[in-house]
Amino acid sequence: MIPFLIGIPAVLAVVFQIVRNEKIRGYIVYAGAGVIMAMTVLFIVDWIGGGAQTWTFYPRTEIIDHLMTVGDIFLMCLIIWMSVRYRRIVPAVLSVLQTALVLYVEFTAEVTEGPHMMVDWLTILMCIIIAFIGEFICIYTVGYMKGYHKHHKEVEDRQPFFFSMLFLFLAAMFGLVLSQNLIWIYFFWEITSVISFLMIGYTRTEEAVGNSFCALWMNLLGGLGFAVAIVLMAQMEGSLQLLDVVSTGALLPLMCLSLAGLTKSAQLPFSTWLLGAMVAPTPSSALLHSATMVKAGVYLLIRISPALSGNLVGLIVSSIGGLTFIMASMMAIAQNDAKKVLAFSTISNLGLIVACSGIGVEETVWAAIFLMMFHAVSKSMLFQSVGATENTLGSRDIEDMHGLIIRVPRLAYIMGIGIAGMYLAPFGMLISKWVALKAFVDSGNVILVLCIAYGSATTMFYWTKWLSKLLCRHIPRDTVKDVTRKDEYLSMLFHACVMLLMCLLLPLVARWLVNPIVRQLFGNSTDVLSMSVLTTMAVMLVSIFVVPAAMFFISRRSHTELVPIYMNGINEGDNRFFTNSYGEKEHLYLSNWYLRFEFGRRHLRIPSLIIASAVLVIGFCLVIGGVSW
Amino acid sequence: MVKVIFVLAYLILAPFLGALLDGVDRIISARMQRRKGPKLLQPFYDLGKLFAKERIGVNNVQLFLNMSYLVILMIAGSMLFAGADLLMVLFILSTADMFLIMAASSDSSPYSNMGSSREMLQMMAYEPLTLLVAVGFYLTTGSFLVSDIIREDVSAVLWMPGLLFGFMFTTAIKFRKSPFDLSTSHHAHQEMVKGLTTEMSGTTLAIMNIAEYYEMVLLLGIFCLFFVNSTWWSWIVALFFCAVIFFLETLWDNVSARVKWKTLLYSCWVVTLVAGGVNILILMLDK
Amino acid sequence: MGKVSKSPWLLHYDASSCNGCDIEVLDCLTPKYDIERFGIINTGDPFQADILLITGGVNSQTESVVKQIYSQMPEPKVVVAVGICACTGGVFKECYNIRGGIDTVIPVDVYVPGCAARPEAIIDGVVKALKILDEKQAARSKKEG
Repeated sequence: MIPFLIGIPAVLAVVFQIVRNEKIRGYIVYAGAGVIMAMTVLFIVDWIGGGAQTWTFYPRTEIIDHLMTVGDIFLMCLIIWMSVRYRRIVPAVLSVLQTALVLYVEFTAEVTEGPHMMVDWLTILMCIIIAFIGEFICIYTVGYMKGYHKHHKEVEDRQPFFFSMLFLFLAAMFGLVLSQNLIWIYFFWEITSVISFLMIGYTRTEEAVGNSFCALWMNLLGGLGFAVAIVLMAQMEGSLQLLDVVSTGALLPLMCLSLAGLTKSAQLPFSTWLLGAMVAPTPSSALLHSATMVKAGVYLLIRISPALSGNLVGLIVSSIGGLTFIMASMMAIAQNDAKKVLAFSTISNLGLIVACSGIGVEETVWAAIFLMMFHAVSKSMLFQSVGATENTLGSRDIEDMHGLIIRVPRLAYIMGIGIAGMYLAPFGMLISKWVALKAFVDSGNVILVLCIAYGSATTMFYWTKWLSKLLCRHIPRDTVKDVTRKDEYLSMLFHACVMLLMCLLLPLVARWLVNPIVRQLFGNSTDVLSMSVLTTMAVMLVSIFVVPAAMFFISRRSHTELVPIYMNGINEGDNRFFTNSYGEKEHLYLSNWYLRFEFGRRHLRIPSLIIASAVLVIGFCLVIGGVSW
Repeated sequence: MVKVIFVLAYLILAPFLGALLDGVDRIISARMQRRKGPKLLQPFYDLGKLFAKERIGVNNVQLFLNMSYLVILMIAGSMLFAGADLLMVLFILSTADMFLIMAASSDSSPYSNMGSSREMLQMMAYEPLTLLVAVGFYLTTGSFLVSDIIREDVSAVLWMPGLLFGFMFTTAIKFRKSPFDLSTSHHAHQEMVKGLTTEMSGTTLAIMNIAEYYEMVLLLGIFCLFFVNSTWWSWIVALFFCAVIFFLETLWDNVSARVKWKTLLYSCWVVTLVAGGVNILILMLDK
Repeated sequence: MGKVSKSPWLLHYDASSCNGCDIEVLDCLTPKYDIERFGIINTGDPFQADILLITGGVNSQTESVVKQIYSQMPEPKVVVAVGICACTGGVFKECYNIRGGIDTVIPVDVYVPGCAARPEAIIDGVVKALKILDEKQAARSKKEG
């Protein structure tokens, strides 16, 4: 089954290069997405039918190993070529260095052979996220790209390339989460780095190229960390198994792998690349920042998190995560570009997940996995709805979304569910935050507790102001035509349903999916939250969910006399205009608060970069110096 | 059984208690200003009148959002008085506030939109401390459950005086007391008309007021948690201290002027960090 | 149902007054007169007010404002015209921009003369208005009931 999961998207990627007809391509995407989802379901059914044990595969794979070596070299050549073409040095150097390291290990080091691939609950969860969220994003892309190119006439239409990259990316992601051998993971890791680089640079504008190189060098730095970890593991332990990294718990390889994870998940000194990635068309943002790319980093950290518990590396990782959580959420306040807000909130949420995995005990990993699931679904939904809104309104400024509920109600509802899913009480995000806070307190890390306390306050602020902007009723200045296509709605609706279902069925998700993951990672059988606690919590949360609905019908029955809003008695009649001091009609304009002078990027970026880099550098020094903790 | 009684008592009595406290507050304020002040039952008369008025509004959703605000607050309060999880109570409390904010910004009205923006800011200001208070209780008693917290041998306040001070400081926001009554105020004439509640009239406003009474009792309940322990007389001490705290809030209301939002945010955050953070740190090192 | 007269909330509007009457209105809030003992609150918001207290005569600029504010007050509501200008237009009656007293624009229930009206007179006028408020309330509930 596994070769199919990786192979089908890869084959489709090639097909898109051949099939140039837009309509046929659309159908192929639909069919391909369907097939991949069906394959995943079959795969999971097969695995669960087989007893849901940890499966390992491919102990001997010389041919594939050699193919991967060729692939690594090809990627290196590609990076060097692109670097030369756009006159950048850093990516080329980094790429050569890390490929050299990996090749060195492959040809010299004597390592004990082990399985190259493994399937366990965490892998299954990642496969579900990749297959379903990723594929629905692909379906969304079909409709979106048509609208995108209608709007952006200046951008060259390279859709076949874009679709190839999307599917190739998914293939790489499947490979990444299924692999167990470090060199294999490294190979897929590099593919995701390079493809994200290519997707960010899709528009080929100067800004896009600059940002794509930024993403490239940062991710390559992480890749270098990965390569160093591989060398260290080969030299010190003579093994290239991810499981051995965890079981031996050698600090330096762990630190290097954590560096890789931190760059991929855009934690603080490296968060610039994720912000820059917003220049790309929305589907790539949705794919990179919700379901796949950043999740790869988080996935790696969760995998190694049992080894991070209570040591120096864990402390560094969780500090950086906590810092990122609060800083990114503060910077999100000052943004009025919807995609920027989403980018910052992605970084900040990932910070929380990273902090959780850095603590590395059952509770935090439980919380981290829940956060990851909710984040994947609602962020993907938000990116899609913002993209669709941008195509409809011609702007993605939150200020322009004033009263979206009147102008494009369907998109506003979807966006509203997405936003609510990120922080409001009926949704599971809160339960995971609850568990995370509890675990942070238990771990005795006061800084992290403060980070989560302040960070959730700032998070609440930027989401609430966006939400209230959406729901603000008014008479629109101009009517807009909703140009969102059916496939886009299909994808968004799917996400919305999943979101609501996850919220309703939270205890079941915990029981059947998250608890087994934690159990497998930590090898014990206590549940983080007992079933009864979870159920009562879920019931209470759902009751909150029901309240507004019930109140809606009750309040409907009362009759209200409608009057104009209060504007000191100088309302011009329809709530849109007031009389100014010249006695003329003036348009009313309401703006959100952005607190730019307090929370602007200008003020916060440099200090947070310095602190985060300091933590990282000092951490590396301490680990290399062999300080035992 | 005790739980059910507590919850029922809260659901039935809280608005009456809240309104009475409001009446007391208004009389004390008046006396502090050398006035006679209204009757003790004035808040009840106000509510009665508000329900009797004609229903006008700027849209149809404000009433429904306010009702949701009320009911969710009732749920949060019931959870507290049923001895449930304190942290969840606080989370639900902020969800309730979200509905108030949405009600205020449900129409493009300049004043109530400004009020709702300020309310969000106020939430951002007090939220860290409320979370830390829950953490403090957890560190002191080893549980987030209110039913466990009140069964301790020693009152929690001995371990968390800093958090109590911080909570008193930030509760001025929740009680809508000067200097922190930015989003709306009980007093006449502020710079933004009635802020958040500008477009609320009659029944809608009455519901909002009742919700505030529920919230007031809920917060006083959290104050009680600081003092209550397994002995019976600690309840009396707790009620006494609640009264003192309430008086102090009124006093503070009368002797201070409204501040700008920056002062509000920074002062609350600094107090949170100094009083709350240090308290938590000491607790973590000691426990 | 509660009696409106037990909790009358005021809205004070200055239509074109010289501020003399306005100062006297604010006087009523001071400790010496303390209208809060009647449960009266000086709210700035028509949506929450029961009594519209207007000083000064209506001019061409404030006419629409008075009408709009009046329309934003929920029933039952009363209007108190404070000061001679608000009652009849006063010394400004013949001015080119003055429409006249408040009753040229909206129905007025109580007239409080004076230039400026004394606080005692204003309080007396408001208390008289309370009775009218109750009558209106009774008439309303009879019509509905």
